[in-house]
Amino acid sequence: MSLRIVVCVKYVPDATGDRHFAEDLTVDRDDVDGLLSELDEYAVEQALQIADEADSEDAAEITVLTVGPEDAKDALRKALSMGAHKAVHVEDEDLHGTDALGTSLVLAKAVEHVGYDLVICGMASTDGGMGVLPALLAERLGVPQVSLLSEVSVDGTTVTGRRDGDAASEQLEASLPAVVSVTDQSGEARYPSFKGIMAAKKKPVESLDLSDLGIEADEVGLDGAWTKVDSATERPARTAGTIVKDEGEGGKQLAEFLAGQKFI
Amino acid sequence: MAEVLVYVDHVDGAVRKPTLELLTLARRIGEPVAVHLGAGADEAAKVLGEHGAVKVLTADAAEFADYLVVPKVDALQAAYDAVSPAAVLVPSSAEGKEIAARLALRIGGGLITDAVDLEAGDEGPVATQSVFAASYSTKSRVTKGTPVITVKPNSAAPEAAPAAGTVEQLSVTFGKLATGTKVVSRTPRESTGRPELTEAAIVVSGGRGVNGAENFPLIEALADSLGGAVGASRAAVDAGWYPHTNQVGQTGKSVSPQLYIAAGISGAIQHRAGMQTSKTIVAINKDEEAPIFELVDYGVVGDLFQVVPQLTDEVKTRKG
Ligand SMILES: Cc1cc2nc3c(=O)[nH]c(=O)nc-3n(C[C@H](O)[C@H](O)[C@H](O)COP(=O)(O)OP(=O)(O)OC[C@H]3O[C@@H](n4cnc5c(N)ncnc54)[C@H](O)[C@@H]3O)c2cc1C
Ligand SMILES: Nc1ncnc2c1ncn2[C@@H]1O[C@H](COP(=O)(O)O)[C@@H](O)[C@H]1O
Repeated sequence: MSLRIVVCVKYVPDATGDRHFAEDLTVDRDDVDGLLSELDEYAVEQALQIADEADSEDAAEITVLTVGPEDAKDALRKALSMGAHKAVHVEDEDLHGTDALGTSLVLAKAVEHVGYDLVICGMASTDGGMGVLPALLAERLGVPQVSLLSEVSVDGTTVTGRRDGDAASEQLEASLPAVVSVTDQSGEARYPSFKGIMAAKKKPVESLDLSDLGIEADEVGLDGAWTKVDSATERPARTAGTIVKDEGEGGKQLAEFLAGQKFI
Repeated sequence: MAEVLVYVDHVDGAVRKPTLELLTLARRIGEPVAVHLGAGADEAAKVLGEHGAVKVLTADAAEFADYLVVPKVDALQAAYDAVSPAAVLVPSSAEGKEIAARLALRIGGGLITDAVDLEAGDEGPVATQSVFAASYSTKSRVTKGTPVITVKPNSAAPEAAPAAGTVEQLSVTFGKLATGTKVVSRTPRESTGRPELTEAAIVVSGGRGVNGAENFPLIEALADSLGGAVGASRAAVDAGWYPHTNQVGQTGKSVSPQLYIAAGISGAIQHRAGMQTSKTIVAINKDEEAPIFELVDYGVVGDLFQVVPQLTDEVKTRKG
């Protein structure tokens, strides 16, 4: 029996571009270039490593899953070119404006539709950045949450990993099936090879909509959201500060400034 | 008046500052009822009471330490059932957000994470969030169920507001999922004696420009002269010069001190995401084109190996 791994990846607006809100106060995804969230590349990488360590070639099957607009296919392609085997894209007009609780419902249904032993997520999406979906997904699926790992491995039906928290570093252990999330400390993600990019073009991408997953339109989207953004204001640019060139007294000048601000 | 649950972040009864800030914010919405899990409730109750907690619900069980997150969700849910609060506030730590999320799902209430301010509104609490690397500020509220809101450190100044702080035992039944993820071992972090990065009033951070672990004592010396915490950019952390726990930015800590000093840091968007809301920003960088200078109140274009030691000496002299 092969290990069925589902990696949840998100398509996000490029953080180095100018990110804005649309008129309905959802994240503007039309006017900005998008890409596979860098933090989810780490999740794909760990899935590939777990598959590499498994005994035989078909010992693990990696499905990448995204919930997002048409363009989100780019994120799936990238993950496939890194080496994932197949992809699932949940896309539906009614998903526009879905909040984290709603997204977790869609992901949970889709993960169950695919079938899984292990779900791997990134630590947070680089746009919303709530870092809550792995926990929500585990709660919905009723399986252990093994989150924020900087190291992860699977042995038989046990997943172990290290979680570096504020107060302590913890060694965790759970039985599969489980939901895991990995941090950017878990190891550099590989670049897709030319061969990988070519192979990805032939890999299957399954498209699903809400009715395929048995989800009603009013459970998701802006109307189904349990939170509402009332306003979004662009932060005024910081007023230009004083900039001096160090000509031997830079440290003292800085001290003078700090004293003037009562920091010393 | 409606009650507001406040989840207490503490180490064996020593309450961490963000919790006291939450109590201050909670009083704008209703009467704070603190939820303290683990040892040290009596000690914690004194401080919690001084800051406005009318009640401290407490439970202690081995499960809280031996298993990840879920036992705490079970306990917070028990407190929720006992109190039927108007809102639940949780500190925005990694664990706090996970606890809050699972609770929100269970009780059917909307979830807002990483609020930087909170006020009472006609239709429930209104949370301010800082998004897109702090380039936008949004106001949101929960439209369904009881609001569950996580609040970032340094979002309010803790105010003294004496209240009873009566300790009451909370009875908790752990569900099947509670023992799903076992904590096999735990290695506590060594204390540096410096203030906690996310709570510090002053943070001094070093980046790639520091050029080696052996030079980080320069940054530490400046931090110590000012009584501040030490931060680092991801480039410095990835190079192995400073621990990841000290990383400031999108995938590290988000800080909002009174004073942030960046030395040898270029100011990439992911770094800004974690420090842009600092009140006063100072940078030392030898490249006058470095994007960090767009943010600063005061910047010195120069070699940090000259400027930082001179600054440290000057601070020490002035402080006598
Ligand atoms: C998904 C993702 C998440 C990320 N998360 C984070 C994060 O949480 N935190 C973070 O910091 N970064 C993060 N990054 C990385 C970020 O993009 C930058 O690469 C990083 O912040 C650069 O660190 P730096 O400024 O120290 O290094 P550099 O960009 O190399 O800048 C070094 C600076 O030091 C100056 N310098 C050199 N020598 C001296 C000297 N002697 N005196 C004075 N100045 C000198 C140089 O002029 C330069 O401006 C993330 C990136 C990604 C893709
Ligand atoms: N729309 C989505 N589609 C697929 N996976 C997602 C989506 N949103 C979030 N995730 C996963 O959940 C993780 C945490 O996201 P978040 O809670 O939004 O910060 C991400 O790193 C992804 O692995």
